[in-house]
Amino acid sequence: MQLQYFLILAAALFCIGIYGLINSRNAVRVLMSVELMLNAVNLNLMAFSNYLDPQEVKGQVFTVFVIAIAAAEAAVGLAIVLAIYRNRDTVDMEQFNLLKW
Amino acid sequence: MNLAEGVQLVSLGLLSFMMLGAALGVVLLTNVVYSAFLLGGTFISAAGIYLLLNADFVATAQVLIYVGAVNVLIIFAIMLVNKRQDFAPLPKAWIRKSATAVVCLGLFSLLTTMVLVTPWNLSAEVASADSSIIEIGKHFFTDFLLPFELASVLLLMALVGAIILARREFLPEESAVAVQQPILTLPERPRELAGVTPGSPDRTIASKPSDRNK
Repeated sequence: MQLQYFLILAAALFCIGIYGLINSRNAVRVLMSVELMLNAVNLNLMAFSNYLDPQEVKGQVFTVFVIAIAAAEAAVGLAIVLAIYRNRDTVDMEQFNLLKW
Repeated sequence: MNLAEGVQLVSLGLLSFMMLGAALGVVLLTNVVYSAFLLGGTFISAAGIYLLLNADFVATAQVLIYVGAVNVLIIFAIMLVNKRQDFAPLPKAWIRKSATAVVCLGLFSLLTTMVLVTPWNLSAEVASADSSIIEIGKHFFTDFLLPFELASVLLLMALVGAIILARREFLPEESAVAVQQPILTLPERPRELAGVTPGSPDRTIASKPSDRNK
């Protein structure tokens, strides 16, 4: 059990999240990819908290904050997706050009 | 964590396999409902890895908040935007996919090299396995008190913002139309759809109750 295993696992999860974030056509799937990336960051924080700072676990405190912010982000993001769906009648990311030109 | 070393290694391997497989399923599957349920699998595997890292409180919070709140919210959003349409294929889609794959693999190799090369100064102390929740509580009410309170204010703001964004417009002057229909619906009307005619054939069942108010 080494620190490097967890860090490489978190890096792989983060890269999968980036791939999904860029290549998804469905707006809900984009939000799911953002959640994957936030989980990768949480995993990094927890690994550092366990291996570098095991006495006062500040990484776990930061992970709890990140979880709270992620819940707020999911609620607001899904509300935005719902509003855009009512306005444009689609969830295709390629047709959301409201702020493009 | 008072498990043997081999048991920990095997559980880490299993949890990593589950986590990466479920994450790849989230990204690559075409049906978005399967993706939402596999996202729950990813969150559960992350909670198991947190247990391996001597963090029982955060593992519990992960299951409660991510699987219980965020994942259920995502599934509700999928039900509310239930539109079964096939997206129009883009002309040069493979260029974007391959370029993204190359960038992601490059980033992964870069991060892996950095992780393996860097000399981490590991702490020799024993992890406080059973008292992590006590330590977290001490941090929350001493040196992280202001961020803790600010997080509650931010959650309240997100609550109000989500309600305002997802609310439909209330138009009470359309009540004469509502008398004619026998079906009980809410006295509200959706906003005008931009660029879509109401009777176009690609409208789905999910948008039918709003059509009755027209």
